[in-house]
Amino acid sequence: MVTATVNKIIPFSCVDGPGNRTAVFLQGCNFDCKYCHNPETIHSCVNCGACVPYCKPQALRMEQGKVRYDMEKCVLCDECFHHCPHGASPRTREMTAEQVMVQVRKNMPFIRGITVSGGECTLWRDFLAELLTLAKAEGLGTLLDSNGSHDFSGDPGLMAVTDGVMLDVKAWSRQDHLAVTGRDNETVLRNLCWLAENRKLTEVRTVIVPDLFDCTETVEAVSRILSETGSTATRYKIIRFRPMGVREAYKSLPAPTGEQLSRLRDIAESYGLQDVVTV
Amino acid sequence: MKRVLTPEMIEQMRSEIYDTLTDSTTSHEQKVTYLARKAENFLTVLDEPEGLDELMRCDIDTRCICNLFEGDAPYRPRYICIDFPKFLREGSAFLQLGPARDFSEALTNLMIMYHNIPSITNYPVFIGDLDELLDPFIKDLSDDEVKKALRLWLTTVDRTILDSFCHANIGPKASRLGYLLLEVEGELENAVPNLTMRVARDTPDEFILAGIKCALRSAKPSFANDAMFRSELGDDYCIASCYNGLYEGGGSYTLSRLILSNIAKRAKNIEDFEKNVLPWVMDVMARYMDERIRFLVEESGWFTTSFLATEGFVRRDKFSAMFGLVGLAECVNLLLEKEGCHERFGHSEKANQLGVEIMNIIEAFNNNHYNPYCEATDNHFLLHAQVGIDSDHDCSPGTRIPIGEEPDELVDHLKVINLFHKYFPSGTGDIFPVDLTVHQNPQYVLDIIRGGLGMDIRYLSFYSSDSDVIRVTGYLVKRSEMEKLDAGQNVRQNTTGLGLGAAKNCKILDRRVR
Ligand code: SF4
Ligand code: SF4
Repeated sequence: MVTATVNKIIPFSCVDGPGNRTAVFLQGCNFDCKYCHNPETIHSCVNCGACVPYCKPQALRMEQGKVRYDMEKCVLCDECFHHCPHGASPRTREMTAEQVMVQVRKNMPFIRGITVSGGECTLWRDFLAELLTLAKAEGLGTLLDSNGSHDFSGDPGLMAVTDGVMLDVKAWSRQDHLAVTGRDNETVLRNLCWLAENRKLTEVRTVIVPDLFDCTETVEAVSRILSETGSTATRYKIIRFRPMGVREAYKSLPAPTGEQLSRLRDIAESYGLQDVVTV
Repeated sequence: MKRVLTPEMIEQMRSEIYDTLTDSTTSHEQKVTYLARKAENFLTVLDEPEGLDELMRCDIDTRCICNLFEGDAPYRPRYICIDFPKFLREGSAFLQLGPARDFSEALTNLMIMYHNIPSITNYPVFIGDLDELLDPFIKDLSDDEVKKALRLWLTTVDRTILDSFCHANIGPKASRLGYLLLEVEGELENAVPNLTMRVARDTPDEFILAGIKCALRSAKPSFANDAMFRSELGDDYCIASCYNGLYEGGGSYTLSRLILSNIAKRAKNIEDFEKNVLPWVMDVMARYMDERIRFLVEESGWFTTSFLATEGFVRRDKFSAMFGLVGLAECVNLLLEKEGCHERFGHSEKANQLGVEIMNIIEAFNNNHYNPYCEATDNHFLLHAQVGIDSDHDCSPGTRIPIGEEPDELVDHLKVINLFHKYFPSGTGDIFPVDLTVHQNPQYVLDIIRGGLGMDIRYLSFYSSDSDVIRVTGYLVKRSEMEKLDAGQNVRQNTTGLGLGAAKNCKILDRRVR
């Protein structure tokens, strides 16, 4: 079985899709969003050991050139990844899909499904397909939380075991998307249409940072697509930027006002969207 | 043995009466209730078992048995759950009311009846399966008409039934009235009545979700495992007072509770607790309850004179009694400490298993104890995980994990609960403040409720961590009213005072938010 680097597993989550779900966070992302709230999930650990001295309870140690993490001792102070020069975290585990499922099964019958998030979960495509197949065999629902960089239309194997995708649309125009994430958004937008048309679009999210990209244009364009594809019942989450967890350089980006958010909500609703949530 | 009142005790009681009369924080209604109880306690009519004084009438830190302020001469059952369908169908000669013919007659007749149902607090603890009772009357009325009437009626209930032990039921079937009632309750955010939705496998998700949305605003309804109650009590069960499963058309004669945390203090070790101390205390409490029931049934005359009994709204043989307990968590922790082990209830397999072992002993005792007047429940009492009272210190309700020590993960918490709910047909429950409002995901709570139905989880309550109405232990209070009382003002409901005490002593505002 293939393994993936698992950043964490949240047994009960009320914020990763409808109902109660176990959320599995995989390490590593191919975008580099300025406002990322979990920058420690972007890169993989290179075992440099720089974080070890910052761990007061000695939950970290170097062993044969590798950083070892002791969950029992960890007090979740986050000092380690705040001092990681590589945008990584030492608090990860290599796990097979079956090992993840052992954790997931402990939460049944209280969960309706799992959501795999990241990082960017589709970077672990084969692991993902195995995990979702196992989840399906338990009768659990399967959602992906994705930045949309994986071409879903070209991956029928994965889509066969995926109930839906919660898709981030970070910005509408190519330049804006490059500015926010460092990557273009051709695939993201193709996914938006394809998932909507194929009824695999569970939710769309946009984080609102007024100074960083054209938020109005983005919300308007997403709403139009949802409306044109008959996906007005799909939830559109319009998320206020919050500095919590964000890297120093970008912490001071101004958050949108309540008024700006409700204006965006009005725009989305003017396209007939029935489930617009601002948080 | 009949109790003897010494001149000193009488002097003490007189001074308590004076204090009650002059207390600036209790309303007139509350004073009348407290004064009646003090008067009752001048009687010494019960033939009490030996050891009761030592175990019950002693310092709060050593008290092993508590009668929850029931007086010393029981003259009405503690909890009365009348047969409301019969009442609406037939009316009452005593109340000079005929059968209810339409919605407003039904509402008015019910309100009149409520005023005539006694209980330990003098207010009714069960006010009916409101959806089943009222749904047949609304066929020709519009939603708006029904909601307007319900709004006024529920406000009257809240303003005239002055404590939150008053309980209404809805479900397990969805009905138009059920939906409208939930809508109105969500708007009103009243503490009274308490509300339970009975949930069965075939209760529609949509109805449960309507209940959850209401609960996130007004801390009710709570959700009961209908199949579990039905399998134990049959089809005519109801949920009264805090969360007590009892018979409709019957009720509970009495409720006393074991204070397990203090009982553990008397034991040398686990073996001494299980073999000697606990059996002795249980025996004294059971015989005390037997005597209370005997007096109530044979001497007080309630069952032969009250119109509720003579007109058949309750039947004596549908009453049982509640054998309560509190402080299992602290009891387990203390016993383990005595054995030099520092594992904690709710967190270790060993501690949880000791809890189960103790519950098995209590259950076996109860199954062997015979009471002639509890025919409804095979001549045994019903076990009850009591929700605690405001003066409890270092003693968690029933079998709950102490506030502040809840497991990090809700799933682990639920698995502990799952070990203990099955012992308590006459009630237990756990409470979870949740923070969901911004994410609009009530299905999260739905999944937990549905999950519980498939296990041995009996009763769950949720409230939004930021709402004004909050669930104290079993009953509801408004934060805003507690603040008034804390500032020395009079408040309407006597449970507000209990809530304030619980906020201070039992840390109810510090529960882990899920
Ligand atoms: S987490 Fe970062 S600092 Fe720690 S060993 Fe890995 S790369 Fe180095
Ligand atoms: S969060 Fe990191 S630094 Fe803090 S205790 Fe855990 S491993 Fe150590």
